Amino acid sequence: MIPLNSQEKTALSIKNLGKVYDDSFEALKGIDLDVAQGDFFALLGPNGAGKSTTIGIICSLVRKTAGSVSIFGHDIDEDFSIAKQYIGVVPQEFNFNQFEKPIDILVAQAGYFGIKKHIAVERAEKYLRQLGLWERRDDLSRNLSGGMKRRLMIARALIHEPQLLVLDEPTAGVDIELRRSMWEFLREINEQGTTIILTTHYLEEAESLCRNIAIIDHGTIVQNTSIKALLKQLNKETFIFDTQQALTQAPLIQDYPAILIDSHSIEVEVLKTQSINQVFDALNSQNIDIVSMRNKSNRLEELFFDMVEKNLSDKQGVQDDE
Amino acid sequence: MNKHQKWVAFDTILRREIRRFMRIWPQTLLPPVITIVLYFVIFGQLIGSRIGTMGGLPYIQFVAPGLIMMSVITNSYSNVVSSFFGSKFQRNIEELLVSPTPNWIILLGYVAGGMCRGLGVGAIVTLLSLYFADFSIHNVPITIAIVLMTSLMFSLAGLINAIFAANFDDISIIPTFVLTPLTYLGGVFYSIELLSDFWRNLSMINPVLYMVNAFRYGIAGITDINIAWSFGMVGFFSLVLFFSALYLLENGSRLRS
Repeated sequence: MIPLNSQEKTALSIKNLGKVYDDSFEALKGIDLDVAQGDFFALLGPNGAGKSTTIGIICSLVRKTAGSVSIFGHDIDEDFSIAKQYIGVVPQEFNFNQFEKPIDILVAQAGYFGIKKHIAVERAEKYLRQLGLWERRDDLSRNLSGGMKRRLMIARALIHEPQLLVLDEPTAGVDIELRRSMWEFLREINEQGTTIILTTHYLEEAESLCRNIAIIDHGTIVQNTSIKALLKQLNKETFIFDTQQALTQAPLIQDYPAILIDSHSIEVEVLKTQSINQVFDALNSQNIDIVSMRNKSNRLEELFFDMVEKNLSDKQGVQDDE
Repeated sequence: MNKHQKWVAFDTILRREIRRFMRIWPQTLLPPVITIVLYFVIFGQLIGSRIGTMGGLPYIQFVAPGLIMMSVITNSYSNVVSSFFGSKFQRNIEELLVSPTPNWIILLGYVAGGMCRGLGVGAIVTLLSLYFADFSIHNVPITIAIVLMTSLMFSLAGLINAIFAANFDDISIIPTFVLTPLTYLGGVFYSIELLSDFWRNLSMINPVLYMVNAFRYGIAGITDINIAWSFGMVGFFSLVLFFSALYLLENGSRLRS
């Protein structure tokens, strides 16, 4: 592992990053982003927002058309050899040779980073064991399950022990149990000092793992803050109440919009300034017994959709004005 | 990366390439051997015995160096083109692109892999040819130098083909419509002295002719053309192909979005 410059506190610094593809599609419109050393950072956005393009540029698989990227103070253009030593990438799609064995894939990847074979073999064993793949080390990779293939890509990204790990949708298509164990693993390596940047569609994942977040939409950063600060912006939550009695229409609760979902469930919007107790009081006064209650969706998810929708309506407003 | 790390990266690519063509030996090593044996049986023994001599040599001795060179050319080319394109197709080329391995090491690694297969098949075919034809090596340094340079040149050409290729058709078009005609018309089976002036002059622009003749000179001591010209041509084409391949890797337009 290359030692860090003790003065350098920024793991990733992106300045005015732009990307226009050959078909003239502008995927990134001059974004700025800083990720602190040791952070667990989420990059969120709808499909086509520019997340994978950003990650592709950071790891040199996509050529930028404007701006600069530095990894621990090393520019990816001027100092590419050192910059690449710092970064490990787990792409969204499987990109290893399906006809090779996991152990060979890992040892070869270490070799591309100039790591001697005996060290590479030791590390390969360490990460294959940690990720539960050691028993399958000599199988053809194509015979691994989807979850195992994802873990193999994580092991491959860690083989040169990078200081910055970038994961593009690491738990896509992975079952809940495995997802939780992967979260645990990522938390551990973050606690050991590895900076992690994660894109995900599972907003629960971002809320559970990450400390800071950037939301990207249509090639621009629409929000860049801490998860806590972001959640404070949430001005309403939607709850589902399950009732004992069958209902034929939504109960009237003053100042609390309610919708009947089915005969035993109602959906109620509660502003941050309001109290849920008043909902209970109102339902109680109408002799409606509540047997259970839950959030309609993940809190971050609600906020995310609000922001993306707002960004879209702002853009449409501008277009209408034009 | 320091010198040692670069060596490790090169060694890794080369070993992986060798492991690849050894793993699929029924596709990579066996077919050229069977093809060349058939050539020896049909052109060397059955038809060759009726032809008599060519360039002052029994026909089977004349054709043997050309057949060895043909196997070196096709195997050097096809190893790199299929391996590199396969890496592009499966996207595992990204493993190298995200690493600090310099492009020139990637280039040398793949080319060395192609040369290992080309020279390995060439060695097997040479051993087999000893069963059919009786010959000794006239000039060892020339024989070794030209076979190395030819393998290098066609490995480089295979890499360039693979960089440009967008689908599997693209990696078969050049071998089928360019490489095979050049090889068949490159003096493998006949001396260009048999041709009329027009066809002989036209043959002189075929680079394979220079390689086959230099190799035949190394083994049998006869040639239709100047040996210095042969080395000059192969050296020139190798340099052009090397820098073209390196430019394409540095530019990355076919490998990176």
